[in-house]
Amino acid sequence: MSSEALATTLFLAFVALTLGITFWASRQTKTAADYYAGGRSFSGAQNGLAIGGDYMSAASFLGIAGIIALSGYDGFLYSIGFLVAWLVALLLVAELMRNSGKFTMADVLAFRMSPRPVRTAAGVSTITVSIFYLLAQMVGAGALVGLLLGVTSASGKALTIVGVGALMIVYVVFGGMKGTTWVQIVKAVLLMGGAALITVLVLGHFGFNLSSLLGEAAAQSGKGDAFLNAGGKYGTEAQGLAGKIDLISLGLALVLGTAGLPHILIRFYTVPTAKDARKSVLWGIGIIGVFYLLTLVLGFGAAALVGSKAIAAADKAGNTAAPLLAEAIGKTFFGDVGGTILLALIGAVAFATILAVVAGLTLASSSSFAHDLYAHVFKRGNVSEREEVLVARISAFVIGAVSIGLGILAQGQNVAFLVALAFAVAASGNLPAILYSLFWKRFNTAGAVSAIYGGLVSALILVIFSPVVSGSPTALFKDADFAWFPLSNPGIISIPLGFLCGWLGTVLSKEHNESKYAEIEVRSLTGVGAEKATKH
Amino acid sequence: MTTQEHDASVYEQVQASSEFQDLKRRFRRWTFPMTVAFLTWYLLYVVLSGFARDFMGIKLFGNVNVALVFGLLQFVSTFSIAWAYARHAEKKLDPIADKLRHEVEEKTR
Repeated sequence: MSSEALATTLFLAFVALTLGITFWASRQTKTAADYYAGGRSFSGAQNGLAIGGDYMSAASFLGIAGIIALSGYDGFLYSIGFLVAWLVALLLVAELMRNSGKFTMADVLAFRMSPRPVRTAAGVSTITVSIFYLLAQMVGAGALVGLLLGVTSASGKALTIVGVGALMIVYVVFGGMKGTTWVQIVKAVLLMGGAALITVLVLGHFGFNLSSLLGEAAAQSGKGDAFLNAGGKYGTEAQGLAGKIDLISLGLALVLGTAGLPHILIRFYTVPTAKDARKSVLWGIGIIGVFYLLTLVLGFGAAALVGSKAIAAADKAGNTAAPLLAEAIGKTFFGDVGGTILLALIGAVAFATILAVVAGLTLASSSSFAHDLYAHVFKRGNVSEREEVLVARISAFVIGAVSIGLGILAQGQNVAFLVALAFAVAASGNLPAILYSLFWKRFNTAGAVSAIYGGLVSALILVIFSPVVSGSPTALFKDADFAWFPLSNPGIISIPLGFLCGWLGTVLSKEHNESKYAEIEVRSLTGVGAEKATKH
Repeated sequence: MTTQEHDASVYEQVQASSEFQDLKRRFRRWTFPMTVAFLTWYLLYVVLSGFARDFMGIKLFGNVNVALVFGLLQFVSTFSIAWAYARHAEKKLDPIADKLRHEVEEKTR
């Protein structure tokens, strides 16, 4: 059996299992709390795994391993930002959100403010961030199938995007949060298992001596010791000062973005209490941290055993580094058959990874559309639970269909910057609004709306006029040049600006509601009146 | 219950109570400085990665250099802070939060 056939078989087994789960979950999904929050009945450990499954995208798995394999140490900078970010979520956001919100990020903001403008802003921001992230994953799926299954025609890639999109729509529309969460749990276990297996084999090959692995990687890369140091990709000496400031800007967006990502925030609602939300983040930090340590070995292992040249020849961005490593190490230990099996395994895991992440994103954006925009803005709260859930399912379908279309249109474009942009928007708009509303008594409607739009718009404008969109050989529009902002990452400007807009909007408006602040402060810290788990 | 007060005023009473103020202080005094600390520590790492590459490239043992050790220390500090917060919350925050929650739920019943 060829590796392609085996990978397809393994992947179809994953699809069959997850469709079974979805069918089971659909029979348990009756109320709005079931659809949006999985009945709030997941344990801390389960939700922690799902957090890992939601967060560890193909970009982190294949992308970071690829960056390390090609450019060395700099991929590790990405991992560290992604991990440290979880402390912001743990210390300042997770428990308080669980105690004071219901289904979406906007619930916390709308608590003590004029609901319609605030929900509109939060809904727009949620859908924008999720679609950016979703689009990056969809285009990635098309590229991945080309590399792993040997599908190179544009129509073959388009068909893959349609397939991934269709599965994601089925998971979300029928399984709701319960189905999506279980898909993410299964994926997290497979991904951790696959990455751990390859890591142990790679380390075993080097006699469990990290230093000799690093030495071999540096030698094979052709870059020597510089391969083990920062500066191979971000803020290279050739890019000068702007490149180094860009690196800091990226670091800021990574570390502050996570706690403002809507698809991450809604995960805190799936557990019964704030203590379980805390436990989920602790589990999440453990899983994600270990995963990034494994990725480090995978990246350097690929450089050492496959070689940077062979990796770059297969894919310029290095996205096939991990699968190629799996094949090479399998061959070393178990012969040709072993190589085929491990390559197929990692390929199937990569697809499972994409599916779980896109499902989480579709759920977050459709929940926000139905709960924030439809139920509270258009219908002013006069809507039955049944109708709201129906609208959520329809919007999941529509958002899924739109992202399939955009994914096909953007095929072959360099859209990797969209992930970093999603983090920048989340850090610049959503995070200030959330933190101010949880901790600042004086904060008000004008402040929340200014923070969200200020952060969102400034991040978008800066990126549109940056080298990632025009005026550079790797830009989205190579032939045009309307770039005036020198950095690829807007965070260093847009994050402070978002916080500033939130402050300015607040002090320029007279509105403030002391008794509502008393309520949210007491509720967020003690859990009084927090939404309970539903029983079946 | 002798008085049937509006919910909001119950919340204001709790907010004004010394127990709640104690809970809020214990929460903020731990999490705010810690947030500043880990963000500073992380930014130091990023800035060194950008501007102090000769220092980051110094080999400590074998092929393991300062950059790698610094990176791994970020993992160690993240795991440690998460663990320390869980302990702090369990011992210092949860008991007061649970007691206040029961009291308010009695009052608003």
